[in-house]
Amino acid sequence: MSPTEPSKAATSALLGALRSMAVRWGLGVGLVALWQVLAMRAGSIFFPPPTEIAKRAVELWLSGPPSRLFLSDGVFQDILPSLLRLLAGWSLAVACGIALGTAIGRSRRISELLDPSLQFLRAIPGPALVPVFILLLGTESTMRIALIAFGSIWPVLLNTIEGTRTVDPVQLDTAASFRLPRGALLWRIVLPAAMPKIFAGMRISLALAVILMVVSELVASTNGIGYRIQNAQIMFLLTDMWCGIVLLAVIGYTLNRLFLTIEDRALNWHRGARGRSAA
Amino acid sequence: MSDTLEFAAPSLPSPASGGGKGGGSAAWGRTASALRVALGVVAFFLILELITSLGLVPAIYLPRASTVVERMAELMVDPKFLKQILATLEAWAVGLALATLISVPIGILIGTSEPAYKMSSPVIEFMRPIPSVALIPLAILLWGQGFSMKVILVAYAAAWPILFNTVYGVHDVDPIAVETARCFGLKRRSMLWRICLPSAAPLIFTGIRISASIGLIVVIGSELLASTDSGIGSYILFVSLNGGHMDSVLAGAAIAGIVGVLINWLLGLIDRRLFAWRYLGATAR
Repeated sequence: MSPTEPSKAATSALLGALRSMAVRWGLGVGLVALWQVLAMRAGSIFFPPPTEIAKRAVELWLSGPPSRLFLSDGVFQDILPSLLRLLAGWSLAVACGIALGTAIGRSRRISELLDPSLQFLRAIPGPALVPVFILLLGTESTMRIALIAFGSIWPVLLNTIEGTRTVDPVQLDTAASFRLPRGALLWRIVLPAAMPKIFAGMRISLALAVILMVVSELVASTNGIGYRIQNAQIMFLLTDMWCGIVLLAVIGYTLNRLFLTIEDRALNWHRGARGRSAA
Repeated sequence: MSDTLEFAAPSLPSPASGGGKGGGSAAWGRTASALRVALGVVAFFLILELITSLGLVPAIYLPRASTVVERMAELMVDPKFLKQILATLEAWAVGLALATLISVPIGILIGTSEPAYKMSSPVIEFMRPIPSVALIPLAILLWGQGFSMKVILVAYAAAWPILFNTVYGVHDVDPIAVETARCFGLKRRSMLWRICLPSAAPLIFTGIRISASIGLIVVIGSELLASTDSGIGSYILFVSLNGGHMDSVLAGAAIAGIVGVLINWLLGLIDRRLFAWRYLGATAR
């Protein structure tokens, strides 16, 4: 074999990879470039060019001392509290959603008792309850966490109900004939079977939680990403506002990716089991 | 992309009638479950009433449930408040229509063309997590605090579920149908109109249903957070700022919830009418 052949294959593979990368990122890069050109030409204060937004973002969040990994005060004052509240509210929603959802999914009686109330509560728009939450829980983090949890519980709840209700009857019958105790039935059959649906619900809830995090910070707030965005609007700092919006996109994207990775790990057994049974 | 589909059933799934469990005749079973549903509603109300009337929470903070219901009844016949509901619904409907008009064509393009799909997915993945509420400040600066701002925010939020369901729907057409159509020499255009769209239509409609709920939340949220001149949300904000009339706040929020339930129910009805063939097919199979 001549030495050129593998290198030829390597270059063609490289070209292929480049092409697929160009296809994947081309539109995004193109749009950002278009924005840059248009913004520079128009000079509108409402639409600063991306380079300016990036510069300001670095100033805002990445200009700290090296001992703190270059993170500036803004990160610790706004981003971190926001994220902590987001995670607290979401975890609460997931815990309550799975517990309640399993009860409803496994018992027709409980389902019928709770269904109308839950339907009604679900339909109330979260933002409409902000004044109530403020009066009951004050303006501290508790209120914001409660709002996030209330607003983001529904996808987890509904998917848990659906998942625990539609367990394979063969599995249930098998468990019954082995006289599996109720607890073991729940932990070893029902919940694992419902996991894929629960995870799907958790992911939608996470996206909702980000929205509610912002909602909760737009009202009577003193810190947080949402607060910063609103503050920037009032002070007419358009570039700062855009920084906040882009930051939220980055956070949403990253959280979604992270969750997908975890889901992939956690449900690995599930895909494996299904693949084997299908083969 | 599957997430919107996994959450496609906007109503609480009721457990399948657990074969033979409970015993008794079917009629008794139905009465019993209707009774339980009614009991649930009554208990919900009673618990709320109990919490509020026992003084666990000061009445200024949380008025009695019966007071709230009374206030709701008052509001529902108040022409001024009905005008607010109409203002909310108008912005909601226009925004939802706009989202449909934008998302369905783009979704068809992305769903039927592999390069378009690949090219657009990073952009979509990055844009979708931007919460619509985070755009409220920008939208206020660009379009003021009126009707068009609400419409644009609703359209932005509602566009995503419709887009994903359209993409998935036209992407996931039965390959046998496509091959058959090709054998009969159908052109690309008629293939789209006669195979892809009809088979994707139920999913697209499900997307519109999901978006309808989201849109209502966004409309009311933007009215509240941007203090617009009209709408249920601005009413809630107004009464909470002017003396903190909690009964009115809660009544407004509850009415918003009822409007949401009604819209969802109505769309569900339309869904079953329009796509009755889909449900028939499912049972026949």
